[in-house]
Amino acid sequence: MPRSTYSALSLLRHGLTRHRTWRPAWRRPDPKPHYAAIIVGGGGHGLATAYYLAKTHGITDVAVLEKGWIGGGNTGRNTTVVRSNYYFAESGRLYDLALRLYEGLSRELDFNVMLSQRGMLMLAHSHHDMEFARRTANAIRRNGIDCDLLDRDAVARRLPLLDMSTDARFPVLGGYRQGRGGVARHDAVAWGYARAADRLGVDIVQNCEVLGFIVEAGRIVGVETTRGAIRADRVGLAVAGHSGQLAAKAGFRLPITSYALQAFVSEPVKPILDEVVLSPATGVYVSQSDKGELVIGGGLDLHPSYSQRGNLPTAENVLSGLVGMFPCFANLRLMRSWGGIVDVVPDSSPIIGPAPVYGLYLNCGWGTGGFKAIPAGGTLLAHLMATGEQHPIARPFGLERFRTGALVDEAAASGIPH
Amino acid sequence: MLLIPCPWCGLRDEAEFHCGGESHVVRPPDPDAADDAAWAAYLFDRDNAKGVGFERWLHRHGCGRWFNVARDTVTHEIRAVYGMTDPRPETAS
Repeated sequence: MPRSTYSALSLLRHGLTRHRTWRPAWRRPDPKPHYAAIIVGGGGHGLATAYYLAKTHGITDVAVLEKGWIGGGNTGRNTTVVRSNYYFAESGRLYDLALRLYEGLSRELDFNVMLSQRGMLMLAHSHHDMEFARRTANAIRRNGIDCDLLDRDAVARRLPLLDMSTDARFPVLGGYRQGRGGVARHDAVAWGYARAADRLGVDIVQNCEVLGFIVEAGRIVGVETTRGAIRADRVGLAVAGHSGQLAAKAGFRLPITSYALQAFVSEPVKPILDEVVLSPATGVYVSQSDKGELVIGGGLDLHPSYSQRGNLPTAENVLSGLVGMFPCFANLRLMRSWGGIVDVVPDSSPIIGPAPVYGLYLNCGWGTGGFKAIPAGGTLLAHLMATGEQHPIARPFGLERFRTGALVDEAAASGIPH
Repeated sequence: MLLIPCPWCGLRDEAEFHCGGESHVVRPPDPDAADDAAWAAYLFDRDNAKGVGFERWLHRHGCGRWFNVARDTVTHEIRAVYGMTDPRPETAS
């Protein structure tokens, strides 16, 4: 098969034939009876893991098993924000690995992921917030990551629509900003990794749900699926909110609770907001997509859930918080809202490492922050599955930290308790 | 939107309540004798049920009392409401 690349020239060439000559970006293979490695979950993390297994480690006999369609879970349900403004050094290394990979991803995958590093601004609403912002900004800079403290005037210059009045519900005193933060096109990240992995020989098998594990002599040697048994030398799990469900099938429990996280999209308007803005007081964050829609996110729903839709009290909180920040947005109508099932861990940091069952490896616990971490999650799980050793960046994030007590408690760093 | 039947106040809006997490998590009877793995399992590991799960709820902006709820985490249907020290009710899942 000739290796076609996406470029302005290819767009012109296919355009001359009225776009009838485009070929599918990945195959739809039937699963083979055996693979060197199986990844359960065809979201960003699963597809990225398969790509890096093939690209970095030369393991191309890999299948990604997805129960629905690729990128149809949380990868297609997030608010597309990327950033690495975390407090602890361990988290900084992890999330900045992801951001640095995002910065080269369009070229690496030959697929435009539409990364837009427009900046991510965290607001401060009180003197205590400002002290905390200064401490956090210093910690982020100490981690080697770009971050600037902004005073009230600097915020007002960047966000002319923000309610800066002193009698605002949450008055703005300043904030801190990561200039390299921004947004990327979420579907393109899944599709780009899928296409690139497929080209290296990875089988992407959709509509294939994992029902259980094949265990021999205490070791996982494959999975039972809706498309029959598939054996593998090692199995990786990248299934976010359903990690606990699959862990139960393998006979262990995880420190994870699944919640619905909602997001909202407004009707499209002309460019009015060129930052990602987050208010820790309301948990609300907002950015404007290239199409002109406002993309709005907030806190978790109030109770555990496996239902991919949100509940009304949280929607009301998020939208009233948004209108408190930007009163003029009250005129906008919402076009869509949706919910994704996120895997929340007590210390708000991910779990990357071997499972308690031999032959099984975990990438989960990203909570509300999985999208921004996709390239790192894929790199680190691939490293673990290929070498059997934890990558140095992944070492603090193994499941054993709950036993040893070496938690990486990031709840405070992001402003949202994910 | 959930309407939660508080055992003392009757049907109330979910915004009045606080979900206190999984119920029937049993503290090791002799903490000093529990090893790190058992203690970590008690503190952190959860069933995280898909389907009928058992949770503690607090009527925070009402009577201020705790109770247990059996709730389907997919449909959000409330199957049973029962006391804090009552055993898990039989619920068809």
